[in-house]
Amino acid sequence: MAGADVTTAAGTRAAGERRLRPYLLFIWPALIVSSAVIIFPWIFTIWMSLNDWHIGSKQVFIGVDNYVALATNRRFLESIGHTIYFTILAVALPMVLGTISALVFHKKFRGRGFFRTLFIMPMMATPVAVSLIWTMMFHPQLGVLNYFLSLVGLPPSEWVYSPNTVIPSLILVEIWLWTPFVMIIVLGGLASLPTEPYEAALIDGASQWQMFWKITYPLVLPFLVVALIMRTIDALKVFETIWVISNGGPGTSSEVLNVYLYAQAFAYNQVGTASAVVVVFFAIIVALSLVLLWARQKAKWN
Amino acid sequence: MVRSITRRRALQGVALGGLAAPMLNTVTAYAQSGAFNWQRFKGQTVEVLMETGPRADLMKKYQKEFLDQTGIKLGIEVIPEQQARQKVAIELNSGKPSFDLFNFAFHVQKRQFEKAGWLLEITDWLKDPQMMPAEYELGDVSKLGMSFATTSDGKVNALPILCDYFMVYYNKELFAKKGVAFPKTLDEMMAAAAALNDRSAGISGFVGRGVRNANVVLWTQLLSGWGQETVTGKPLRLITDTPDAIASAEYYKKLLSSYGPAGIAGFNWNEAQGLFMQGKAAMWIDATGFAAPVEDKTKSRVVGKVGYGVPPSGPKGHGSVTFGTGMAIPKNAARKEAAYYTMLWMTGPKMAGRMLQVGGGIPFRTAPLKDPAVLSTLTVPREWADCAAGCAPISMPGLPVIVPVTEFRDVIGTALTNLLGGADPATEMKRATAEFKPVLDKSEAS
Repeated sequence: MAGADVTTAAGTRAAGERRLRPYLLFIWPALIVSSAVIIFPWIFTIWMSLNDWHIGSKQVFIGVDNYVALATNRRFLESIGHTIYFTILAVALPMVLGTISALVFHKKFRGRGFFRTLFIMPMMATPVAVSLIWTMMFHPQLGVLNYFLSLVGLPPSEWVYSPNTVIPSLILVEIWLWTPFVMIIVLGGLASLPTEPYEAALIDGASQWQMFWKITYPLVLPFLVVALIMRTIDALKVFETIWVISNGGPGTSSEVLNVYLYAQAFAYNQVGTASAVVVVFFAIIVALSLVLLWARQKAKWN
Repeated sequence: MVRSITRRRALQGVALGGLAAPMLNTVTAYAQSGAFNWQRFKGQTVEVLMETGPRADLMKKYQKEFLDQTGIKLGIEVIPEQQARQKVAIELNSGKPSFDLFNFAFHVQKRQFEKAGWLLEITDWLKDPQMMPAEYELGDVSKLGMSFATTSDGKVNALPILCDYFMVYYNKELFAKKGVAFPKTLDEMMAAAAALNDRSAGISGFVGRGVRNANVVLWTQLLSGWGQETVTGKPLRLITDTPDAIASAEYYKKLLSSYGPAGIAGFNWNEAQGLFMQGKAAMWIDATGFAAPVEDKTKSRVVGKVGYGVPPSGPKGHGSVTFGTGMAIPKNAARKEAAYYTMLWMTGPKMAGRMLQVGGGIPFRTAPLKDPAVLSTLTVPREWADCAAGCAPISMPGLPVIVPVTEFRDVIGTALTNLLGGADPATEMKRATAEFKPVLDKSEAS
């Protein structure tokens, strides 16, 4: 009986394959396109990273020397540090603030639609334009931020013009720009929650905090994780705001990986080194994404 | 309809091409029969890539005049300096640039272009009377200008357009208020900055470039006071960690961090210019090209109060760092001759005079600087032109002529910015020199 089953299964499979064979041809276009636009650039990048390649001179194959040089390059290692520091702040703060604002905007109050729209505005603006405006506001003598500080009697800050305050100041821009993004995702999550658990909790006499912590938080967690993943990848890849506002400076104190990469590729024309940075950067992003995806599995509703 | 190419047709094409090739030389043949003729390449369109600035504005303004004179149409693309440099490098490297003519900075790109052999050599055209009109006054182009345009093995592959000296812009009103005279030496300048600095009134004694990369040229200006440049010898050797270099870095640190505005570590020329034009800085050292905005009533609050002075001398030398820009034609340009004509027009005496008039820059020529017709119509003070003339005899290169000049500026510039944050000059200059040395050695060896 078992044998008969196998033969039938094998027979069906063979028949299926025969039936599918003409259609296999249709895979080719997709295969060719994805090889051309995804796989080839990758292999080429890895190839470039193994060469000493400077625009305007001959390329020389040097194996892993670019990577060895990066491993001891102070500026490169510092830029990894800046990237981590920046990412942690630029993820954590918008996440917390975005969640809080989502809870606020989930409540019903007069003019909610208007305020929601207002709140989402920063996200719709072009990062480069926004950055230029912030650059003007950060100016230590002519900027409006120091004027506000003086109004409340605080001493002026140097904002993005000092190595000590540049990253926190850039984070301010990130918070302003990306809190609405987190809010939208969480708000969507909140809107999809069932109302029954809350009714039950109210009947049982639960406090507001208990309702949030025991019901809302676990139910909305999957949405938070999605926001977390997207924010993290965005924060790692940050470029425009930093490039426009501080250009990685003063000195190299706000130089994140992407800014360093850009300098290598387009300012120094060191295509080989830049490709090596790309490969390392990619490895970091993939590793982090795996961790986050694992976290997402954990956060799934059971 | 798609026409199929048969073997026969292809062969016919080749044969026609063979016939046509000598016909192309009719241009030259015609030239040999006559003198220089501006109309020779009429009907062509030249694609020009210009960096944002007064030169591009002038070119746009007068392109109609050029069209009438030569029958050559210009397609002008204007992009900011940094982006233009990247675009030029990438397009020239590709071998098929989208432009026939472009302007560039000798101190940044010259060596790279020369090593890569991307530019069209024009040495013979300059000697050919059919290709070089007398009105161009090639002999009036300064030696420094021609040396910028000539490769290390003596080939001319560009024409100089204008130069920028570093000079001191100072606020005469603030100087008069404190009874300070214009400084003649670096020591006097430090003392003047101290006397003019008034934190409570929001006035800085000095302002200048503090931001990484851009700041290097302000430092090399100070370094010229110690009679030194950044590289020396052959093969080139870095000398950015000598006692003199460290002394000048120390001076830089003290001048900017004691008497500069808060946040000067992030200042480029535009922040410095903004502060100076608001009347909030007493002295500002930067390139000559800023007279126009400083004297513009719609932008500046210090119109008519600005003095222009030659940079003060130092303990061991006296210099004004100089930067040159020029125009060149890519080797693979589609319309080389017409592009060359356009270049002659842009770098010629007439346009040079116009550039001077609007304070757009100092030409690498002496005639416009002495021409009363030009000087009487200056839109900027006469003092500015006189100061530029005073900078000319003490001019010296402000940056090393090397391929990785951007990286040089970044590495040394980071050290200088760190000084403004309180770091020790000797440590920083030595660290930066050690960091850049292998990069330079490698680039010179290749």
